[in-house]
Amino acid sequence: MSFALDLMNWMLIAGFAVLSVSQLMAMVRLVIGPDTGDRILALDTMVLNAIGLIVLLGVAQGTRVYFEVTLIVAMLGFVSTVALARFVLRGDIIE
Amino acid sequence: MTLDIIAIYATIVLLVIGAIFTFVAAIGLLKLDDSMTRLHAPTKAATVGIGAFLLASMAHSFVLGEPSFHELLILAFLFVTAPISANFIAKVNMHKRACETPPAPKHDAMWSTFDVPHADRDAQSEAAK
Repeated sequence: MSFALDLMNWMLIAGFAVLSVSQLMAMVRLVIGPDTGDRILALDTMVLNAIGLIVLLGVAQGTRVYFEVTLIVAMLGFVSTVALARFVLRGDIIE
Repeated sequence: MTLDIIAIYATIVLLVIGAIFTFVAAIGLLKLDDSMTRLHAPTKAATVGIGAFLLASMAHSFVLGEPSFHELLILAFLFVTAPISANFIAKVNMHKRACETPPAPKHDAMWSTFDVPHADRDAQSEAAK
């Protein structure tokens, strides 16, 4: 039992590390991305990784207060991706 | 007691799956060498990775002793919106000519992604004069 709990805590730390490294790699793509599409894609990936970090924070602290935060970040990420893409495509977000 | 053990091991397995998929997505985003191929990695692998993390959070709620399935809502939202944003980014790549353009359509003059909006036609013809 305690072995499993220890293993879970180690896996949580490993998940935090992997998500942080992924966030940094997406940030590199955001800076060097040769085209606008790559930058929008990098931002989309960063939002996904941020959702993962918030979820892991909720698991690590054992609370359920981060559920609403995750939902709002997910919605905002989708809307911002679509808004950026539409701005590039049409020069306007709501025509 | 048994449910606790099962929930803990399910959390561990889902955390490992999520970490692997998210890391593969980040590597793909960084290492692939074309805009359209780069689009594949994060839109699919990262979505599955975050889905596994959300399922791990759900399994962890059984460990805490207060089971809940709220994360399914976020999961459904992410899985519905990921293809839509991927489609938009692909259209941006086509619009920016960052990839090979597809062959011309049969019945129309051009793909609507490459078309100029009606409101901008006058400005474009003015600029051409």
